[in-house]
Amino acid sequence: MARVIIYPPTSLILADLVERMGHKALVAPEAVRNRVNNPEIKSPPLNITPEEPKKGLKYAAVDVPSGVRGRMALIGPLIEEADAGIVLDDPGVLTGCAGCNRTNELTRLLIKTKGIPVLDLRYPRDESEAREFVTRVKTFLEGLK
Amino acid sequence: MRVTKYIITSPESEILPSDIAMRIYGSRHNINIKETCFGIIINGEEEEITDLVKEIRAMDPTGIFIKDRGFPPGDIRRCRGHRGGGARPGYYMIESESKLLPLISKALISEEAGPGPKEIEPIQKKRPISIKKLDEIIREEIS
Repeated sequence: MARVIIYPPTSLILADLVERMGHKALVAPEAVRNRVNNPEIKSPPLNITPEEPKKGLKYAAVDVPSGVRGRMALIGPLIEEADAGIVLDDPGVLTGCAGCNRTNELTRLLIKTKGIPVLDLRYPRDESEAREFVTRVKTFLEGLK
Repeated sequence: MRVTKYIITSPESEILPSDIAMRIYGSRHNINIKETCFGIIINGEEEEITDLVKEIRAMDPTGIFIKDRGFPPGDIRRCRGHRGGGARPGYYMIESESKLLPLISKALISEEAGPGPKEIEPIQKKRPISIKKLDEIIREEIS
């Protein structure tokens, strides 16, 4: 079972396909869960402390906005433990955890330069593209086993 | 550790969110359930959720899609009642991807069936009719 980072990290389709094929999808809600369900709430309401932008310094310089560094504190560790990656080239409008485009650019860069197998895809627009989409994901994930 | 998952049904699936909820209510699992318009949110211990997810997926393997959620259902940090209404963050991503779920479902069905003799014909793009043809049609209708 491989750990596969997906981009966007909030994608339902990619997370489901990865889990369906027996692998572990590394997604942003998992990182959020560890923070918001921590019984020792250090910084209500979301348990995001000033330490998070400092952790983000590992991935982005100090002059980068703290929103980017804060998001990278969540997403960076997911990229670090990934064995493979699936990246959507045209995810469209993204919100929430994936709502900062500078963070998204950095996330894609870190995934592609990590030296792990990466599959690049586009959202399907019709039935034949959807079949190709699922086949490519399946073939890629089967190659990881 | 308690985990939360979204169970989202494809718009073309014959399984309704209420069917899944009833199935869980009638099972042995000690799971919190919240029904939504697009599916259900389930919350429980990780081992129970893992077992339950397999059962739910078996109800419609190609029409049910599952993803993780950070917040438990009803959490006031995301509750629409406490935050003055409006969609919860993340809804828009689910909304945009749910439009693709019928295509993904059909692709999964084809993948399970394996390669067959039937090829999907590419969709013929409609072209606008020529001015000459349009002129003939108008003249026929008027006369």
